[in-house]
Amino acid sequence: MAKQIQVSGLDAYYGSNKAIEDISMTIEPRSVTAFIGPSGCGKSTFLRTLNRMHEVIPGARVEGKVMLDADDLYAPGVDPVSVRRTIGMVFQRPNPFPTMSIYENVAAGLRLNGRISKARADEIVERSLKGANLWNEVKDRLNKPGAGLSGGQQQRLCIARAIAVQPQVLLMDEPCSALDPISTLAIEDLIAELKDEFTIVIVTHNMQQAARVSDRTAFFNLAAQGQPGKLVEMDETTNMFTNPSEKATEDYITGRFG
Amino acid sequence: MTATLKTRQGGPATSRPAVRRSRADKPFRHLTAAAGVVLLAIMAAIAVFLIAEAIPALYANEGSFLTELIWTPNNSPPAFGIGALAFGTLMSSFLALIMAVPVAVGVALFITHYAPRKLAGALGYIVDLLAAVPSVVYGLWGVIFLVPFMQGPSEFLNEYLGFIPLFSADQVVGRSMLTASIVLAIMILPIIAAISREVFLQVPRMNEEAALALGATRWEMIRMAVLPFGRPGVVSASMLGLGRAMGETIAVALIFPATFDITFGVLGPSGNSIAANIALGFAEAGEVGRGALIASGLVLFIITLLVNMAARMIVVGRSGARK
Ligand SMILES: Nc1ncnc2c1ncn2[C@@H]1O[C@H](COP(=O)(O)OP(=O)(O)O)[C@@H](O)[C@H]1O
Ligand SMILES: [Mg+2]
Repeated sequence: MAKQIQVSGLDAYYGSNKAIEDISMTIEPRSVTAFIGPSGCGKSTFLRTLNRMHEVIPGARVEGKVMLDADDLYAPGVDPVSVRRTIGMVFQRPNPFPTMSIYENVAAGLRLNGRISKARADEIVERSLKGANLWNEVKDRLNKPGAGLSGGQQQRLCIARAIAVQPQVLLMDEPCSALDPISTLAIEDLIAELKDEFTIVIVTHNMQQAARVSDRTAFFNLAAQGQPGKLVEMDETTNMFTNPSEKATEDYITGRFG
Repeated sequence: MTATLKTRQGGPATSRPAVRRSRADKPFRHLTAAAGVVLLAIMAAIAVFLIAEAIPALYANEGSFLTELIWTPNNSPPAFGIGALAFGTLMSSFLALIMAVPVAVGVALFITHYAPRKLAGALGYIVDLLAAVPSVVYGLWGVIFLVPFMQGPSEFLNEYLGFIPLFSADQVVGRSMLTASIVLAIMILPIIAAISREVFLQVPRMNEEAALALGATRWEMIRMAVLPFGRPGVVSASMLGLGRAMGETIAVALIFPATFDITFGVLGPSGNSIAANIALGFAEAGEVGRGALIASGLVLFIITLLVNMAARMIVVGRSGARK
């Protein structure tokens, strides 16, 4: 499990509008990489290019190269559906399926890979919920609707759903921005555990969060409104926060803008 | 026939938020309450009138109203039974529903999730237009085009699938239960498709994205996120369509051979419905005949009501089980 991602010269467009430009970076396996930067600089857009979710928006397209170990994700003939099965995603707002129970939510992705036995599904659901630190809270009500959980629990349910299909990489787009501090802490603890197994990329608005959870940090910025976002620099998180090499990074981290 | 549209998030459109009532609300509240009472009173008056008209005819009836398979209320002694008409109404409407719903849902899914934006707009417009075509137009089209056209396919069905009771027949004709059901299906298809489309558009984008991000294909995404979410709305839409089919008068009156028998074979020269029988018989009906037709109308009303309630129980029961 857990593979390396290597991006080179990546541009992403919405129609004729270029949202991010010429991004190259390496994302290491079994570690947490944080994306920070002012809003609108293209963090979400870039994250979604990594599992080919960007292109589900009408008119959106990508140029450049993304390698997952030796596989070129944008090579002709690569099925985006299979890319998304390998690279899971957790969204900004918790989005469990409203019509499904807790159990069904976690099992939702399993059914996509063909029939599996009830016993096997039970086992994976339990393991995934334990992996998402949610098992103890929901084990007595697996058949209740997922939408009945608290926001923080819903987000962990979504993480359980994402890891149930055993992806190589887990992408998280501001997973705590809709949560209270206690739930946020629970998710941060979870991220620290999950990085033993997965390559994790997390977009965050919160500088302290990036400092707490990530091993490496990438800072994105845009020259002006309407300009495409760019990667300013990327380094070990400790270096980024103590000794950034770019003035813009320092200004952003110390709260002088953004 | 009423069918409320419910979405999972919105709840019924009538649900009131618990806000403090301001003074300005008061007159309005009385006004709406009065309107409601008046409406109920009018409905009660209509019901009383109809029942009063029907009772003498029912007393005069020599046969059993429930089981007699003839309709001769103007003879002396008068004899008439609702059985064949009620059966024909239910049979033709359910056949129509079975044919219309899958196509309508398919059309709605195509418009909302497959068609390019321009085509989707045009198709949506056409569906709305079709929903507004008066039923007599469908009826005439049925008589002029579909009745002769169906002769061949009906014979084909009878020859190769005749072992199924539905398709067995001594004589195969174009003016059959099947043809009438097809006309009904085409008639109710646009309204079901139009409502289903609205419902499918309500599916939160974030749930669709959740499915896609799990590695669902578009069809898997539809099964995972769109159809379960839209199900109550599709059921409501179907009930609206079923109500239309059961109440439809002119289109089927033109096609049904107006017999009074009960047969499951849909290809033979038999078929009738309560509404068609009223339309065809009212002009020449005498005193008892009118009462008999009114009684049949009341039965139609009760059937519609029961079907509606059953459908509501399906919707509430299934979604309630998850709560
Ligand atoms: N669905 C979309 N359609 C068109 N433009 C979009 C869409 N989503 C984002 N954008 C544009 O792309 C740019 C980057 O947005 P985003 O990736 O959401 O930034 P961030 O996540 O860093 O706040 C913004 O200028 C935004 O307006
Ligand atoms: Mg964002």
